Amino acid sequence: MIYLDYQATTPLAPEAREAMLRWLSEDGFANPHSPHRPGRAAAAAVELAREQVAGLLPPGGQVIFTSGATEALNLAILGCGAKRLAVSAVEHAAVLDTARFADPDCAVLPVSSAGLVDPSTPIPAGTGLVAVMQVNNEIGTIQPVEGLAEAAHAAGALFLCDAVQGAGKLTPPASADMIAISAHKLHGPKGIGALWVRDGLELAPLIHGGGQEHGLRSGTLSPALCAGFGAAAALCTSLRESDGRHVENLWDQARALFADWTLNGSADQRWHGNLNLRREGLDVARLMSDCRTVAFSAGSACASGSGRPSHVLRALGLSDREAKTAIRIGFGRYTRAGDLERAAAAIHAAVGAQGAL
Amino acid sequence: MPPIYLDHAATTPLLPAAREAMLEGFALWANPSSPHKAGRAARAALEAARGRVKAALGWQGEVIFTSGASEALAVAMTRCVQPIAAVSAVEHEAVLRWTGDAARLPVDGEGRVLTEGSLAGLVAVQQVNNETGVIQPLDELAEAVRATGGLLLADCAQSAGKIALPAADMVAVSAHKFGGPIGVGALLVRDWAMLKPTGGQERGYRGGTENLPGALAMAAALEAPRDWLEAAARLRQRLDDGILAAGGEIIAQNALRLPTIAGYRMPGRSANAQLIRFDGMGIAVSAGSACSSGSLKASPVLTAMGYPHAGEVIRVSIGRETMESEIDAFLSAWREIRG
Repeated sequence: MIYLDYQATTPLAPEAREAMLRWLSEDGFANPHSPHRPGRAAAAAVELAREQVAGLLPPGGQVIFTSGATEALNLAILGCGAKRLAVSAVEHAAVLDTARFADPDCAVLPVSSAGLVDPSTPIPAGTGLVAVMQVNNEIGTIQPVEGLAEAAHAAGALFLCDAVQGAGKLTPPASADMIAISAHKLHGPKGIGALWVRDGLELAPLIHGGGQEHGLRSGTLSPALCAGFGAAAALCTSLRESDGRHVENLWDQARALFADWTLNGSADQRWHGNLNLRREGLDVARLMSDCRTVAFSAGSACASGSGRPSHVLRALGLSDREAKTAIRIGFGRYTRAGDLERAAAAIHAAVGAQGAL
Repeated sequence: MPPIYLDHAATTPLLPAAREAMLEGFALWANPSSPHKAGRAARAALEAARGRVKAALGWQGEVIFTSGASEALAVAMTRCVQPIAAVSAVEHEAVLRWTGDAARLPVDGEGRVLTEGSLAGLVAVQQVNNETGVIQPLDELAEAVRATGGLLLADCAQSAGKIALPAADMVAVSAHKFGGPIGVGALLVRDWAMLKPTGGQERGYRGGTENLPGALAMAAALEAPRDWLEAAARLRQRLDDGILAAGGEIIAQNALRLPTIAGYRMPGRSANAQLIRFDGMGIAVSAGSACSSGSLKASPVLTAMGYPHAGEVIRVSIGRETMESEIDAFLSAWREIRG
């Protein structure tokens, strides 16, 4: 199988797997909150991982480990106490649904046909929190988060950035007040993520109990998951340039392989590991079932199978009918040029079989 | 002397079968929500794990995978369709912190919860206390709660995988307390209608990409044989006898207790002083829960029991691999520290 769904999840890095094994072994267990010797050794592993993860984030804040980005985003949105919210039209459901839960009248910041939020978009008076993602999960567009953070601050609001798709790849959004990231999107394990919180910002916890993570997030931390996340983060730091070059090469190749398809979202303001394409009249469900050897997607993994048109593509101004003709091809560190060639051949053959396209 | 670990109530080693299951899970790294073949394989494995967890726990209802017991309890306490009516005074902080003005069910001097006041609504009582090992009479309580139309939530973090689950409406479990990995647990619910959904994964009751390796390992750990608890009961008897003979006291001595957890008082020695000495001798035990260890607050559990010497009590907890020689070494160290 050829895996081209890097926005849904990424292959676990061998280095991250290796880092976890030490904490899954006979003598590598302990509760990192226990003050005895084995507990302190586990706590040291957690703190090393915290530093490695902090390397992906701006200075001047702290890393709170969570079970993933969804929990991190919930903690940020519900914990910051903001009553009035504004979020971009292309946010992930973890932001959109949580923001609407916190503020049923939540303002929605529109995007251009290229999928970008304009930093001069007015922010409604009284807004307490603005949330805009760094890289969109469906179309890869890179939002002008620095300008948006400034605009939020000028309006007296906090700025939350969902950096799940950008962390480890791009410079972190330095002006954000809170940043959510997920380990499994950067070749780490599932079940762990983090919320970065600017120093001095107070949050109310969502999970009470043992008072771990400065009382912000109770629950025993897993030294294994932390170590896996830390190793994956450290690898992103050390491989950032070569990973970036590799993705640029794959992008050029993929664009050429799908030259007669229409690209959804900006080509330039974009993470180039995300190729979201559409083609007049395409039956995506049939294409996916005809290309069983290629793992790609139609929109986000969470919304896949729902049959609803993508809210992101609708926000670009596409009709429901157009939005339903899109596919997302995602690639990265472990994708080889030959994978793209074989996948494109399979997709082209299946599209050809649909006739008259 | 090799290090001796007698803090299994804080966390216990990952079972070999659970480790193998995690490694299998690491290989199935696709997103279980993805509709492609790799995603569907991950989904099938997740649902198989869910079925195995239900079977191993003898649970007839639904299973919502979470990041652990704290999150499972937070889901139950904040999203139950009934208001919180009462919680026991000896619950873990993961329950107590949600309760505000809700009535506290008191406990007797042996730590057993006393049923009084209204039970109409959500009632949360643990099956086994994490500091004393006291087993609460939950099957009786469940009947009393049901008679009022209320719902019983049982925190089974310490008991699941060791003794049969109580007849509760909702149950919180944590994998790393029974030989599974840290970072996964579950909320078991008898009926979806008991909770308000939020959208997202887990049928709309818990958003976030599922931790498949964790779920597989949790299932494997629950399927492990439980016959070691008979040996644990013998070891705990040896501990109890040794402590009494050396001038110590057993917390909740006359209550029904889980054989893996015990609280012991060393008269005239603070718990913190004891811990430092034990740690220096390579013996890992705790004062109360791991979460509160290191704080100088007296245990709220022992205070609720009316126990006057809470500051002199440590917790000793036994695991699957604990050996008699380790118990004897602990007792010898205990006598040395007592002086």
